Amino acid sequence: MAHSFLLAVDGSEGSHKAVEFAIDQAKRSEAEIILAYVIEWSPYAFNTPEENENRHKRREEELEQAKKVIVSPVAAELREAGLTVKTEVQHGNPGKTLIDIAKSNNVSQMFIGRHGESGIKTLLFGSIAANLIQSSPIPVTVVP
Amino acid sequence: MKRLYLTLAVWLIFTLPAMAGIDESINAITKPIADIIVNFVFFKVPIFGAQLPLVVLWLVIGAVFFTIYMGFVNIRGFKHAIELVRGDYANPDDKGEVSHFQALATAVSGTVGIGNIGGVAVAVTVGGPGATFWLIVAGFLGMSTKFVECTLGVKYRTENPDGSVSGGPMYYLSKGFAERGMAGFGNVIGTFYAIGIFIGALGIGNMFQSNQAYVQLNNVAGGSLDGFGWLVGLIMAAVVFSVIIGGIKSIARVTEKIVPFMAVFYCVFALIVIFMNFSSIPEAVGNIFTGAMTGEGVAGGAIGALIIGFQRAVFSNEAGIGSASIAHSAVRTNEPVTEGYVSLLEPFIDTIIICTITALVIGTSQVADPNFAGNAKGIAMTSAAFERQLSWFPIPLAFAGVLFAFSTMISWSYYGLKGWTYLFGEGDFGQTIYKLIFCAFVALGCIVQLGPILDISDALVFLICVPNILGLYFLAPIVKREMESYFGRIKSGEIKKYKNV
Repeated sequence: MAHSFLLAVDGSEGSHKAVEFAIDQAKRSEAEIILAYVIEWSPYAFNTPEENENRHKRREEELEQAKKVIVSPVAAELREAGLTVKTEVQHGNPGKTLIDIAKSNNVSQMFIGRHGESGIKTLLFGSIAANLIQSSPIPVTVVP
Repeated sequence: MKRLYLTLAVWLIFTLPAMAGIDESINAITKPIADIIVNFVFFKVPIFGAQLPLVVLWLVIGAVFFTIYMGFVNIRGFKHAIELVRGDYANPDDKGEVSHFQALATAVSGTVGIGNIGGVAVAVTVGGPGATFWLIVAGFLGMSTKFVECTLGVKYRTENPDGSVSGGPMYYLSKGFAERGMAGFGNVIGTFYAIGIFIGALGIGNMFQSNQAYVQLNNVAGGSLDGFGWLVGLIMAAVVFSVIIGGIKSIARVTEKIVPFMAVFYCVFALIVIFMNFSSIPEAVGNIFTGAMTGEGVAGGAIGALIIGFQRAVFSNEAGIGSASIAHSAVRTNEPVTEGYVSLLEPFIDTIIICTITALVIGTSQVADPNFAGNAKGIAMTSAAFERQLSWFPIPLAFAGVLFAFSTMISWSYYGLKGWTYLFGEGDFGQTIYKLIFCAFVALGCIVQLGPILDISDALVFLICVPNILGLYFLAPIVKREMESYFGRIKSGEIKKYKNV
């Protein structure tokens, strides 16, 4: 079986650097790419009754939007570069979900951009990249 | 625009003193109306010297019946409920949908209102310390009622074409009865319920909340808001207006996120106060038990205490009213009974934990100093009990009270609206009218005195218990079948845990 890499994106410029780097690496080692995007979501958040009522609808919209705006353009770029791509868009805790996707697809390596989310958020919650380095059982390459 | 504000401000300054009389005149109008409604709903029968309102009897019998019929699901299902909330059985494919935890949290923030702070004080004042005992018993039995109504709420919810979900008693009553070949009757009581909930929402989830929030604000302000209930009411109504009509969802979202922390904050400080009254604890606990059996000093003795305890418990945890099943029905699950299990935690959190803690704060203070509260009633009495030990506490308590009241009002505006749209459809015009009425009652709640408000609220709330519990009796066998089949599949391993195996 061909080996595969996981490439995490979030639509930011930082993550695009990771895309370029991953294309280069995947071409060299003839790897398949699992392109992943995680919509931040927690089962323990507090919602109003109205939000709950429309949650199912919103979820579908979020998935569709994420696929259209963030994932599809990158997937097209990867395919153009001659790579085999599989896409995954999921809700959840970004770090944990990326690791789950990596495990279930048996990837040998992960790529992520260093600068994704905004400064304040990183300050408060730590960056996803840092989070992955600390908890991932699979090698992670953080692209500056 | 600026000029308009300025004119308004000047006008207010000059006319304010003259308008302090508004509160009084509105009070005079509402009192007789309240009396008529109350006498109608609370038709009382004398029993062992106490006046037993038939509705309370109706609720008690219902709760006892469901507890026995479901084989003490309130005890046996407790552990499973926690596993469900923790997400042990959550299918990873459902990530991004409404989780059990979220459905519960939303329902709880609608339930945990100012009743947990002020309502308990009312119970203790009228029903003596023994009312606390019956309050806890009512909470315990109410867990079973909640289990039945929330299972049904999910089972018979309607998934609208746009993907949104509508559920609640009006749906399970009409659909459930139709399934049993009684479509006509189902429609009648479904409609009855829908009318009840949109009118009832104006009492328990509205006037009572804004009233007690105002009382506590006035209390903190040292009485300087006396006679200005209408002004505070207008401001509160304006905030509610901005959320439910103006669509400023961020206010609701923020409240929804702060309320759980306020509840924890409240409980922690309540425990601290109870602990500071350490030497009074044994006597206070003793009073609760002896009061429950003897009902000393209470009109109607033990039965009197029982009536008050049950009345206030239902008012607080809403078991039997069916309102929470509207909120619970948004959960993502293929097994309706799972939400039933989750929902039984609601009366537990609301009544057995939070109300009991409040009762102990008041009870231990009473033991230490029987006249600690003077003439204070409702939330002001609870506030005085805290103040005895922590002089600064009334201010955060007022803040918490306003937030609790606010989140409950938002939830109930939603419940009421669901009743309204069930009857009149989703038309925007009708919805806006309902929302405007709702806001008007928020303001009214701050003007009218606690007595008539409690009377009207109680009466309206208990009125919707009648169709709801009647329906629950008919539909309980369906819930029981679901429960047995579900538990069978858990035992056989057909339904597996995804986490914490």
